[in-house]
Amino acid sequence: MKRIISILIENKPGALARVVGLFHQRGYNIETLNVGPVFDGSFSRMTVTTRGSENDVEQITKQINKIIDVIKVSDLTEGDHHEYEFIMIKFKHSEKIQKILKGLNGKIHEKNKDAMVMSAWGSSSDIEVAIKSIGKVNLLEIARSGSIGLHEGEKVLKI
Amino acid sequence: MRALKDEGVKFVFGYPGGAALHIYDSIFKQKAFEHILVRHEQGATHAADGYSRATGKPGVALVTSGPGATNAITGLATAFMDSIPLVVISGQVQSHLIGTDSFQETDMIGISRPIVKHSFIVQNTQDIPRIVQEAFHIATTGRPGPVVIDIPKDKTDPSQLFKYKRAKEISLRSYQPRVLPHPGQIKKASKKILSAERPVIYAGGGVILGNAHKELISLNKLLKAPVTNTLMGLGAYPAKDKYFMGMLGMHGTYQANMAMHNADVIIAIGARFDDRITNTPSMFAPNAKIVHIDVDPASISKIINADIPIVGQVKESLIALIKEIKRAKIKIDSEALDRWNIQISQWREKHGLDHDLYLSKIKSSMIAPQVVVQELYHATQGNAFVTSDVGQHQMFVAQYYHFNKPRRWINSGGLGTMGFGLPAAMGVKLAFPKQEVVCVTGEGSIQMCIQELSTCLQYNLPIKIININNEALGMVRQWQDMNYGGRHSASTYSDSLPDFVKLAQSYGHVGMKVTKQSQLKKTLEKAFAMKDRLVFVDVYVDPNEHVYPMLVAPNGSTKDMWIKKNTKA
Repeated sequence: MKRIISILIENKPGALARVVGLFHQRGYNIETLNVGPVFDGSFSRMTVTTRGSENDVEQITKQINKIIDVIKVSDLTEGDHHEYEFIMIKFKHSEKIQKILKGLNGKIHEKNKDAMVMSAWGSSSDIEVAIKSIGKVNLLEIARSGSIGLHEGEKVLKI
Repeated sequence: MRALKDEGVKFVFGYPGGAALHIYDSIFKQKAFEHILVRHEQGATHAADGYSRATGKPGVALVTSGPGATNAITGLATAFMDSIPLVVISGQVQSHLIGTDSFQETDMIGISRPIVKHSFIVQNTQDIPRIVQEAFHIATTGRPGPVVIDIPKDKTDPSQLFKYKRAKEISLRSYQPRVLPHPGQIKKASKKILSAERPVIYAGGGVILGNAHKELISLNKLLKAPVTNTLMGLGAYPAKDKYFMGMLGMHGTYQANMAMHNADVIIAIGARFDDRITNTPSMFAPNAKIVHIDVDPASISKIINADIPIVGQVKESLIALIKEIKRAKIKIDSEALDRWNIQISQWREKHGLDHDLYLSKIKSSMIAPQVVVQELYHATQGNAFVTSDVGQHQMFVAQYYHFNKPRRWINSGGLGTMGFGLPAAMGVKLAFPKQEVVCVTGEGSIQMCIQELSTCLQYNLPIKIININNEALGMVRQWQDMNYGGRHSASTYSDSLPDFVKLAQSYGHVGMKVTKQSQLKKTLEKAFAMKDRLVFVDVYVDPNEHVYPMLVAPNGSTKDMWIKKNTKA
């Protein structure tokens, strides 16, 4: 089952590598990864999506928690949550692709005689569906932010 | 230097090199601690590790960049697997050279990442005191472990002056190691334990690391339950106690493994259900409810699901548990418990270890390795610090040397590092110069760090080395005998072994060779009478001896054991 794990971590050199390394070391796979500084910039928030059973995820979160630089870890998928992913796509002019992306909050950033650059965002499952239906024809390149998410309601990830 | 002194460091084990030369120059000018020059950086980390295991204090090693750092890796991994607090300081090339493939550059932080509890790279010289203080704090608290401090050469330049400051206490927002057990869980555990008819206490290295052996003894004064220790836990519960069943697991005693399989409540304390303990996890202790006390929540329910998890320091948890058991209205069913203890005695009688083997084998020509350990036990009155390497000899010590006190048995359990024994014994001997320190090893393992014999001469460390020489990589050969049709692939070298007596002598020590049972006792006595000399006793033993019991794997539970050659229990 797909899991979204949010991690609040010290924004220090090497901290990201400790988390990423741990997934490999413990035999788990990272599907998507997003990271950026938050609050006063001394923290980073990471969002990692992975696949595993409940036991797997319990073990992953416990192991991540042991990393000294990690402040908090939470499995968003444990409860209700908001989750989105942002993508950018460069493609040869195609009505079909434009239409698909429009349906996902699509926005045009560049349009020249050969190609277009558009962005879009939506739940990762919608993004997956969109990428599948876009297919390979006319597609030049694609960049994905990876999932980011927050808990629903009062639950927050802060110190 | 000042920061290390403020941490109370007495010994630093190290080896100099370019990137560490500024540090070495200031070591020359100070008197707070003694620097022990090893002959290989692996020896430095193992010696610091041995020092820590024997004293409970953090061990410190200092190495240079590049090969110095990579040579320290095996020692770091060894300490990491057994949760030993070490601080390893590695020199690094100058900051402006980092990332340029400069001479003796290696990414120490990157290479050591999976095998350290934490690591620091010094970016500003004035951060050194804080980083050292944090490193010791992290290494020694919670579940202990090794910490690396990587220091670029320019950050130790003597021209970099600043005012030394030491914080009164350390608080890290991302690290709160002190965990007290949840009172509700303690209550539940007490209830479960007191309702048991066939309880077993399964105690591991965490009891020793957490200095909780007294509490463990007190707990069992109340319960009178059978106790087993893991390889790392030996000494946590006195081996002479009548409730002690010996070690459990792969080469554990018949009674300990049978008790685990048939228990209705297992009280796991500072132990982690390692694969050498559980055998096939799905077949492990089918009828047992598990109470699991550990400071590391990630150890709980990792392999075996815990019915009552207790996350907390072992000592505090046991104190709380003892209090709760004393307060509880229900009492343990003593009749059921008596029956259970009788059952265990019967198992012991049926297939238990023969601790009097040295008597029955007195006339035999070949020396049994088990007898060497038994004779060693008697020669040292069971009071020695015993380090070991890895293999059959290690298991024979674990089985036949009775450890009644914690921190006396020093071996690489988790990583299984050959070469550990001799340097570890150096660390122990420096910490306890008046005590008997013995390294039990094999002719395979000892050659992995043999160069430290030179260090022992330089610092006058009169360790006793008992080399159980079967002219083969015994444990490898045992597996090849049992599982590979007796094909001894790359496990023998009897035509090319050194003359260990001459080898010891060439390092300035005393060498003795024993080939007959009749010489064994006398030679050991002679060796131990030489108080001021390192004596290397090379004991040729029966090369065909196997370690039993041995769990049947794969697809076995802990009741499935080989108890001697070709015989299952």
